[in-house]
Amino acid sequence: MTEFTPVEAIVGGLLIGLGAVMMMAMLGRVAGVSGILGGVLFPSSPAGWSWRALFIVGMIAAPAVYTLVLGHAPPFEMMSSSTALTIISGVLVGIGVTFGSGCASGHGVCGLARLSPRSISATAIFMLAAGVTVFVMRHVIGA
Amino acid sequence: MRNFAALFVGLLFGLGITVSGMINPAKVLNFFDVAGSWDPSLALVMASALLTTAIGYRFVFRSERPIFDSAFHLPGSTTIDKPLILGAVTYGVGWGLIGFCPGGLVPALGLARAEPWIFALALVAGMAAARFVRTRLAEPKSATQGTA
Repeated sequence: MTEFTPVEAIVGGLLIGLGAVMMMAMLGRVAGVSGILGGVLFPSSPAGWSWRALFIVGMIAAPAVYTLVLGHAPPFEMMSSSTALTIISGVLVGIGVTFGSGCASGHGVCGLARLSPRSISATAIFMLAAGVTVFVMRHVIGA
Repeated sequence: MRNFAALFVGLLFGLGITVSGMINPAKVLNFFDVAGSWDPSLALVMASALLTTAIGYRFVFRSERPIFDSAFHLPGSTTIDKPLILGAVTYGVGWGLIGFCPGGLVPALGLARAEPWIFALALVAGMAAARFVRTRLAEPKSATQGTA
């Protein structure tokens, strides 16, 4: 069970949006995490590797900064403790974002903000697929 | 300067994900569980992020170019093709199993927990496999195709 946290949601969303806007204003790029991560791990050329890597480093540093400022670690809870399920999920997400050219940040925030038809379709599809999966896992299989 | 900007923007983006609760797989899954323990927080995260981005982009695109580059790099494709659809389905199913999307995962790597790293290794394996298959599919078809 997690509580509805409207203030944190709106403030967090604002920071995500500001990050996406500053990314475009300064680097001229879409803030899509799967695309940037792919560029770090599978670079097509050495150019543009360092800014991508530093973007990822900045993201990884975020919980430490959060803890430093607020005095407690961010809430974090896994619904399933199954390592097998974690691995299956990771592989599917990896395959999906590669063929689907993006994830919730690239398509769901940046793409929708640009009214990209591809992003609107992808977001509708992956949100629906995730919803159906959660329904099946929790209410049909009962995992 | 460009690298410093990227580091700062990454931190800001990661803080947004951390503050909003997108870093927490339980919160993500509860958003999708409309029929059970529904937590609508993520709808507000998306709405807030989207509104900020949509308004901000309007101002940014008044400039001819970004501050640290000679041009904007925007995804150019507009075709809704089979890889996009099947990829989005696969991603959605994977997301719904555990509750990690790439944006939620990366900041979670900064927590002292094993699960995000296990997921990350699997994610990288999936990305590598998909890239391999995509390269194969992109290669010119061999002589067997002529019979059709």
